[in-house]
Amino acid sequence: MSTTVIDPVPTPVADTAAAPRSGRRLVGSPGTWLVWGLVAFFFVNLAGVVFSVLVSSLSVRWFGTWLPDGWTTHWYSDAWREFNLSSVLVVTAEVALSVVVVSVLIGLPASYVLARRTFPGKRLVMLLFLLPILIPPIAYGIPLATVLYKVHLAGSLTGVILANLVPSVPFVVLTMTPFIEQIDTKIESAARMCGASTAAVFFRVLGPLLIPGILAASILVLVRTVGMFELTFLTSGPTSETLVIVLFNNVLGAGIRAPQSVDAMAVVYTASMLVLLVVALRFINPTQLVTRLKDESTA
Amino acid sequence: MTAATGQPTATRPALRHRLAERGIDRALLLLVPGLIFIAVLFLYPFLYGVGLSFSPQQGGGPFANYRKFFDDPYLRNTLWTTFRLALPAALINVLASIPMAYKLRRPFRGKRTLTTLLVVPITLGTVLTAEGLLEYLAPAGWLNKTLLALHLIDQPIELVHNYWGVLFSLIITGFPFAFLLTMSYLSGIDPTLESAAATLGAGWRERFRFITLPLLAPGLAITFCLSFVLAFSVFPSAFLVGDPSGRTRVISIAAYHAALEQFDFSLGSTIAVIMTVAMLIVIAAVLAWRGTLYKGASGGKG
Amino acid sequence: MTVRARQFDELRLDGVSRSYGGHAALAGLDLTIGCGEFVALLGPSGCGKTTALNCVAGLLPLSGGSIWLDDKRIDGLPPERRDFGMVFQNYALFPHMSVRRNIAFGLRMHKVPKAERDRRVEEAISLVQLNEHAAKFPGQLSGGQQQRVAIARAVALQPPLVLMDEPLSNLDATLRLEMRTEIRRLHQTLGLTTVYVTHDQEEALSLADRLVVLRAGSVQQIGTPEEVYAHPANRYVAGFMGYRNMFELDVIESEQARVVLGGDGLKLRGVNCEAISSGRAVAAIRPEDFVVGKAIANRLEVGVEVVEYHGRDQSVQGRLRTGEAVHFRTDQRLAPGDDVTLSVPEERVLVFSPDTPPPPTEASG
Repeated sequence: MSTTVIDPVPTPVADTAAAPRSGRRLVGSPGTWLVWGLVAFFFVNLAGVVFSVLVSSLSVRWFGTWLPDGWTTHWYSDAWREFNLSSVLVVTAEVALSVVVVSVLIGLPASYVLARRTFPGKRLVMLLFLLPILIPPIAYGIPLATVLYKVHLAGSLTGVILANLVPSVPFVVLTMTPFIEQIDTKIESAARMCGASTAAVFFRVLGPLLIPGILAASILVLVRTVGMFELTFLTSGPTSETLVIVLFNNVLGAGIRAPQSVDAMAVVYTASMLVLLVVALRFINPTQLVTRLKDESTA
Repeated sequence: MTAATGQPTATRPALRHRLAERGIDRALLLLVPGLIFIAVLFLYPFLYGVGLSFSPQQGGGPFANYRKFFDDPYLRNTLWTTFRLALPAALINVLASIPMAYKLRRPFRGKRTLTTLLVVPITLGTVLTAEGLLEYLAPAGWLNKTLLALHLIDQPIELVHNYWGVLFSLIITGFPFAFLLTMSYLSGIDPTLESAAATLGAGWRERFRFITLPLLAPGLAITFCLSFVLAFSVFPSAFLVGDPSGRTRVISIAAYHAALEQFDFSLGSTIAVIMTVAMLIVIAAVLAWRGTLYKGASGGKG
Repeated sequence: MTVRARQFDELRLDGVSRSYGGHAALAGLDLTIGCGEFVALLGPSGCGKTTALNCVAGLLPLSGGSIWLDDKRIDGLPPERRDFGMVFQNYALFPHMSVRRNIAFGLRMHKVPKAERDRRVEEAISLVQLNEHAAKFPGQLSGGQQQRVAIARAVALQPPLVLMDEPLSNLDATLRLEMRTEIRRLHQTLGLTTVYVTHDQEEALSLADRLVVLRAGSVQQIGTPEEVYAHPANRYVAGFMGYRNMFELDVIESEQARVVLGGDGLKLRGVNCEAISSGRAVAAIRPEDFVVGKAIANRLEVGVEVVEYHGRDQSVQGRLRTGEAVHFRTDQRLAPGDDVTLSVPEERVLVFSPDTPPPPTEASG
């Protein structure tokens, strides 16, 4: 019987288990209305925030009216030229992809060990991997930037990549460790009993099983790196600014440029993030986008 | 447990065998790149920063920067400003998440869409949210226009370039995070426990109070910690929708200002250290409270 | 609210049904349960037995039918106001409460005064012999002990009806036997009306006063263990009750009570259970009803293939010349390759219609 199944997918089976009469209770109780009201309130405001930017980026002029006077798309081409967006996007992609590849390469072996072995000092190692996620990026970003300035890496693309790796590697470790834990160890043992060498176990058995997890972790790191403001802000120079930094600088320096132009860039940024998000959600559950810290913190 | 993970070490020398028994073998080498990375790019800079904070650029003994921070009200107040923003934001986010996650924990049509939509602000990040808030909450923005049209207010209310703008941005980015986390903790609680309580005569209030809430509390502590960390490190939105030189001059702005605008890396590091310590104190307090709670299995797969 | 064991005359399920998106997990269950009765709902997973139990408990809203406790219609009441006790398959003990507080929970919810509550908790604890474990938490107990706590928690309120959802399925074989006796003992000493869900026919036969055999959401047979065991209503119930051999053959001759089947070089005479007159039919025979060697009637020539040792006898799988497998038990020493002659008394051959109800689907249990 399925009374103990906890299944995120709303199957009828899970419904049996879940039961305390959700059917009847979802209708009409004041609590339900309150909750849905809050949800609606949140989303109305969120939509307001997002659509304000979108509408503004498409407007000819927009001063104090409900909707702008006229519509145009020329701010996009303006923004593209003015902010040199093509090179900014290239930098952003370079930074994000390098961070993804390097953090998976470093993080995956570590998470394999953390998932499969118990050894003295394991808790300390876990804590080390947790700290860069727990401590505010500004707090370690400033000393990190100081060190990078000292070794003349600050302002360069390498510096930005290195700084962004600091939270990304632990993030890969924390995402992949529970993922590897849930792969049955007996699969590896079975492969060995069938005569597979260590390399064969890794590449032929474990590898294919790990691909969904690696994809999920990669996309999460990608999203976080593209959106990461603080560390990039502290370490980037004129040639290594990512999209979010350019956006910040222009929002802060409002008045120099037409606000629509900045908004057009914001829409480009939003659109690229949403594409990543849609891709991400094909592979992972929304809760994973938040964190997988849970598994560690309750351990 | 070590036996289960053991390699075929029976024929190897005794020392290796003894180490393997404690779980030490060559596989641990896989950890090395990760640890070197953390040491070089995180621990070393951080400790370097701590050292730097004790050697002020203007001289005056190792603690001069710390004295300066706490003596100078302009610097000292940034700490309280940050707390005044981060604590309410984290509390609002967590407290609003509880009833909503509780109500919405069962599978229903459109749940996936809802959670997906909630992820949007997390993905957008603080900079874009701030940019949107600037226009949405502006005196001539849609929110003020709507409130005026509904005759709820007589003149536009000031919502940006002050405390409220920053608080709103912290809620918009922080609430989905807290909600999804709370939801994932809730889904870890075996639903038959509530069914069992119901057959024993507990109405929904009792079920929530005696069963769900106690089992959820440790998760809520973690959720609060993470929400607090998120809110405490508020930086770009304090710049953009706040009043970065006045009422929302948070500690990260002070640190940034000292280090990268005045190039006083020592003072910047000092502020960063103070920021870390203050945050860790709050987390330690919450985790200490969590330590007094029941934290065992909460059902889950049986 | 008083929580004394309320007596009632009967609990009546009237066409109780439950469907999920058009799929009927339980289709029109009619059942009347008398006070003090022990009723087992029996069937494989997906047959709707757990759905039925959850409907009675109030954990699932019905999609049709009604439930009556004497003259009171209860299917609209939430579970907390039905005051039934329930034992869950995974025990569902509150992990953050001690054994004592787990058992006291229902009494606390019913606002039983402290003194009486304590007394009844202690009573329940000694009833299930957990006195030295009362202060422990569920996580510190063995499976069998957890099960006892779950039972004590369900009966501490002295509910009019106790519902048990496969309570023994998570226990190992020896413990299961022990707890089975324990449940029977509790039922006899407390006189609790019990509805018990299981997929284990042996468990159901040994515990229940009455069995309800379900398949794919519909009732196949309701009867005492003797009735269901000796006179299964159809081929499906027979299969569930240990009639492991099923030969589908042509009807050669049919009278009121007896029927002769033939084909494939076989000729079997048996009891006409479903008034079959012609066409195809299924002869169902238990492995233990075959006699080896003595050719009385209903002869089968079988080549031995697999022999399993079972202590007092052996379970043998053989094959007819036509290729069909035959399962039988014997105390004779047989070896693979032996040829034996089996026979079976005609009153032990039950003949059913081959038309089976729809095959069980994997739906909710």
